Amino acid sequence: MAEPAVAAPLGMLIELTHRCPLHCPYCSNPLELAARSAELSREQWLDILTQARELGVVQMHFSGGEPLARPDLPDLVGHARQLGAYVNLVTSGVGLTAERARDLAERGVDHVQLSLQDADPESGDRIAGARVHAAKLKAAEAVTAAGLPLTVNVVLHRGNIDRVERIVDLAVSLGADRIELANTQYYGWGLRNRAALMPTAGQLAAARDAVRRVRERHAGGPDLVYVAADYYDDRPKPCMDGWGSTQLTVTPTGDVLPCPAAYAITTLPTENVLRSPLAEIWYASRAFNAYRGTGWMRDPCRTCPERHTDHGGCRCQAFQLTGDAAATDPACGLSPHRNLVDAALAEVTDGPAPAFVPRVPVAP
Amino acid sequence: MTGLPEPTVPRLRPGVRLTSDPARGELALLPERVVVLNDTAAAVLAHCDGTASVTRIVERLGQDYDGVRTEDVCELLLRLAERRVVDLDG
Repeated sequence: MAEPAVAAPLGMLIELTHRCPLHCPYCSNPLELAARSAELSREQWLDILTQARELGVVQMHFSGGEPLARPDLPDLVGHARQLGAYVNLVTSGVGLTAERARDLAERGVDHVQLSLQDADPESGDRIAGARVHAAKLKAAEAVTAAGLPLTVNVVLHRGNIDRVERIVDLAVSLGADRIELANTQYYGWGLRNRAALMPTAGQLAAARDAVRRVRERHAGGPDLVYVAADYYDDRPKPCMDGWGSTQLTVTPTGDVLPCPAAYAITTLPTENVLRSPLAEIWYASRAFNAYRGTGWMRDPCRTCPERHTDHGGCRCQAFQLTGDAAATDPACGLSPHRNLVDAALAEVTDGPAPAFVPRVPVAP
Repeated sequence: MTGLPEPTVPRLRPGVRLTSDPARGELALLPERVVVLNDTAAAVLAHCDGTASVTRIVERLGQDYDGVRTEDVCELLLRLAERRVVDLDG
């Protein structure tokens, strides 16, 4: 069967900067962060947004690092909205005052995703590596006061997963329309802290029950999304909607990636929007075509009935764990490399978890 | 009416915006998703202004199209509510 023609992308993740006031141990950004002096300029970003809209992108997710660290964020947001894109701000909330939230809303932000580390203030500050919990609660208030819909994002791990129920209650009390609870995915800095972050099987089972209970208690309330822990599953998480299918990411220095974690796949050539137009990268580059469709698959994926829905699982994880990005995701029970995941799980005990290493920030 | 109590006033959920795109037609943009709308869904959503009841929406659609049936509009709205495009309370 012939592969379908490549469709235009729907969404773009815009990593404006790697600078961030938080030092979360599960940070999925690369070990080597881009320095401020290497970041794209306002003019370069304006051009990228225009190119993206012409290419077909209708959703622009402004992220980082912390996007509020860029003084030109309001201009970029305004431009994205003028182009007709849906503007999503993904923020830690640090620095998001009522005034800034109002200004960003007026410029065209459609929706805000605010990260929260825990329901317990001390633990939240410890995970973030900074005293930010209280500021985040204020930021949530600023978002809703500006009339903007709010999603609260929480990365779950060994150190906070026991408080899922309290975390959801807090997010509801903050006025969230949507709550995303995502178990840690191990990329970049997060992979380095895997042993410290991996929950126990018992914790995960309790979290699943807790999610069921809060769903009942808040029925008819916010949209509650729970992303399971793939290491404990028998089937991998899908590679987005498929590699190079609906999304692209632009990094602070202009690298264009099929997935935010794809910097990890060092066997792929790095595309950069300062060297080639975005459309050419999307349609014609080797990186974006490498794992499109199913033609690249080997056994067991090649003949698997699930290949069109999970796309062989995560390419970035396959590369990180096996050194081969075309391998079946080792989180899959059918993968010949599943032993790598099982070995990581075998190290998880009920005793005290190893300490994590806080994210080392961008050098000043 | 079939499927929805009177008076139901459908409205776009917070964070949902409608747009049209030269390549894809009418779209509903959601925080984490894009819903491609067929002509019928686009026509119904265009009338969901937060003040018009389902009865009123069916009347208005009837001015532009033949054979508009209340039960079809309700079914469509329920599907759009499931996909979190519209709110149907109140």
